[in-house]
Amino acid sequence: MRQATATDTVVERLWRAAVEGDEPAAASVVHEALDAGVPEETLLLDVLARVQARVGVEWAADRITVAQEHAVTAINERIVASLAHRRTGGGTAPFRGRVTVSCVDGEWHAFPARLVAEVLSLHGWRVDYLGAQTPTPHLVAHLHQSNPDAVLLSGSIPTHLPAAHAAITACQAVGVPVLAGGRAFGPDGRYARTLCADRWAPDARGALAVLDGGVARPNASAGRQAVDDLPHLADQEYTMVVRSRHRLVKQTLADLEDRFPPMRAYDDLQRERTAEDIAHIVDFLATSLYVDDPELFTTFLVWTADVLGVRGVPARFLVASLDVLAEQLRDFPRTMRAIERGAAALGAHAVRTGSGSGSGS
Amino acid sequence: MLVVDRHGGLVRINEAARLLLPDAASGDWLHERVPPWLSDAHRRICDGLSDAGSGPPTGRIRDRFLEAHPTTGDDGDVVWWLVDETDRRFAETALLDVRARSEILAEVSGALLSTLNAGRCMEMAASMATEHLAEAAVLVAPPQGRRHPLTFARRGGPVTQTVRQVDVSAVPGLAEALQGFPPVPARWIDPADLPDWVVPEGFTSPVGSVIVTPLPGHGVPAGALILLRSGTERAFSESEEVFARLFAARAGAALSAARLYTEQAAITTTLMRELLPPALHHVHGVEYAGGYRASKDHERVGGDFYDVHPSADPSGETLVVLGDVAGKGLDAAVLTGKIRNTLHALLPLAEDHRRILNLLNGALLSSHHTRFATLVLVSVLNRDGRTRLRLTSAGHLPPLLARADGTVEEVATRGTLVGALPTVEARTVETVLAPGETCLLYTDGIVEARGGPLGDDFLGTERLKRALAECAGMQAEAVVERIQMLAAQWIREGRHDDMAVVAITAPRASSHAGDEESGRNGWRNT
Repeated sequence: MRQATATDTVVERLWRAAVEGDEPAAASVVHEALDAGVPEETLLLDVLARVQARVGVEWAADRITVAQEHAVTAINERIVASLAHRRTGGGTAPFRGRVTVSCVDGEWHAFPARLVAEVLSLHGWRVDYLGAQTPTPHLVAHLHQSNPDAVLLSGSIPTHLPAAHAAITACQAVGVPVLAGGRAFGPDGRYARTLCADRWAPDARGALAVLDGGVARPNASAGRQAVDDLPHLADQEYTMVVRSRHRLVKQTLADLEDRFPPMRAYDDLQRERTAEDIAHIVDFLATSLYVDDPELFTTFLVWTADVLGVRGVPARFLVASLDVLAEQLRDFPRTMRAIERGAAALGAHAVRTGSGSGSGS
Repeated sequence: MLVVDRHGGLVRINEAARLLLPDAASGDWLHERVPPWLSDAHRRICDGLSDAGSGPPTGRIRDRFLEAHPTTGDDGDVVWWLVDETDRRFAETALLDVRARSEILAEVSGALLSTLNAGRCMEMAASMATEHLAEAAVLVAPPQGRRHPLTFARRGGPVTQTVRQVDVSAVPGLAEALQGFPPVPARWIDPADLPDWVVPEGFTSPVGSVIVTPLPGHGVPAGALILLRSGTERAFSESEEVFARLFAARAGAALSAARLYTEQAAITTTLMRELLPPALHHVHGVEYAGGYRASKDHERVGGDFYDVHPSADPSGETLVVLGDVAGKGLDAAVLTGKIRNTLHALLPLAEDHRRILNLLNGALLSSHHTRFATLVLVSVLNRDGRTRLRLTSAGHLPPLLARADGTVEEVATRGTLVGALPTVEARTVETVLAPGETCLLYTDGIVEARGGPLGDDFLGTERLKRALAECAGMQAEAVVERIQMLAAQWIREGRHDDMAVVAITAPRASSHAGDEESGRNGWRNT
């Protein structure tokens, strides 16, 4: 209990320094805790990880800016690097094996992967950390050169799941098993299973436990393609939605002018933000078709309703966008089911939060 | 042909059947003279149980394989016509063997070709050899110096790999196999002659038979495979030797492909090292960060480049360079390497940007490259908490300044590009960064990135400025990440040019007491 309160204090102090952009102060909070005997693993997973998680929460609630988000992340990254720098030469744990830690192609949120990499190094694993936004060809080339025991693939944003699937299949095709992790794969790792990852872990400690238990190599000779894992892709709905993405966004933007009167007063910047919001809706819709789970779409919509709500965009915007999209995608039954489920979820959410009146500032 | 009554008594037996059953005679009980598969079939027929649909009963009598066709007479006797199917059966088995072997070979090829890692490839080849061919296998790779990489596998056991100096001539046929000579027939090799190093750990029973076969590579031997069977197992047959050769051919091809890839990758890494964008550090109290994305995602280098050359002592100027060579890909990258080297040599003259640019111009004009380049030079001096910049653009996009109050300025330096005209004209501009302010250098790949929510808009300078306006007070790394992310999300999967950004940031004052010189300068973000 005392330990818990102590880390709570460190979390709070680190958060305040980091959100102020005060790197030296933030760094000294962590290094002082380390000097005071807080284990490095605790600092990584119970302090830095919590501060990083708070970034997303505070941004969603519109309490920090995008710039502050980047600033906190950069400070956290540099603190992790400084901890690793302090550690060099003092490797105490016996050598366990070699693994590669990488983010999904297109994924910018590298911090969770970085933490996993550091924790595994602390426990004697030789880690090749490839970082954010790793193109899958780089990952595969790296596997050929290093022949690791496993790849730990990190994804935070669900829209990268199709790219994650390509990476998983590619790693397995060269005989290297994939341990998937990160928010993108769902709270229970369901999308890791959908995409046939060899294993899934909820966090760094879970990943460590999986590796310690050993992960069998996949059968490399069984050349698999995406549609073998996901037979529903044969209906082409995912392909159609992705391929017509720009047209869908344009058309929705145009039709919304009639359905959503506040838009008529928007300036260019607001219009561009709206186009981005619609593009996100289409991206999440497509991803939910890819993994064949409408819940991925509804979860996104409800979260977005809250994010837009605190920024003064009425919930009606999302419902109207769905209506317009539905008119363009009428011929696709699986897509229509996802949109209907999304609209229903938004309705239920509006009743729960009392935002149904659509009043915004 | 046999005639059997309904009680199972032999009534008649013809000449042909007598050859098969020499002891049988009329009046004997069928079940005492023939194997159960036939007597049981007879009983089922007499009990009126139909075997319809399952085909005639089949089985062995002595060394023959027979099919038995019954004909029931009016008196209840059954005439059994025995048809000799031995040869057909033999042919079928042989066919099945061939099919099984080609399936194994397909599987072996598929698995081995999946990896381009030589170590992993050897591990799999040895392991699969023990699965399909022998109880133990040793893969001997060509020597590295005097030592051979060895891979040992035992059926059901782990695969181990070592690099060891061993006497290959002690194994009959091994030295020849490593040189690519045809294999020595297995029956010529006396297992007793094998040296101990060949026998994998845990292989306890004495070796009964041995195959040593070369692994033919692409023109050069890829090593040799030694297969071992214990004395209790049957010895390798001639057809198994042939199969071992087929297996070795596939393993050899996969292995030399993996070796070739490894060599090429090593060469690429070595040559590429000089061309890769450098990792930037904080120098003399100023933050530097850079980000690079090549136009093709599978490439790491291109026609954009940047460098930070710290001055030897903190009171001197640090020179920052960012530029863009016409063209992209490896050709452009090679030229960036030359420009970077030339600029490095010209560092002592960094005082005078125009002079540097003109010397570089002369070097480019006299080289056989016909390409030209644009670049921007920034000399940074941090003294008394003030970060002073001298900026010179040679045909490059104007650097942007993110001011503390949230405004963004274009630096009004302009000049002609390098490597095209006899002389370079350029104007140097001086400015000062207050704490928390950033100077951003970028290439046209950023502002000309095409995409956005509607798919076909340029990112443009205005959007870049808008994003940069939010970056006041941020660290250099955070600014670079912000801009890279903006561009990446703008283009998504779309095509794009090389993109490079460098941020020069004056650190913010810290509220942290006792902090000196922006904290522990030793933390490097590598």
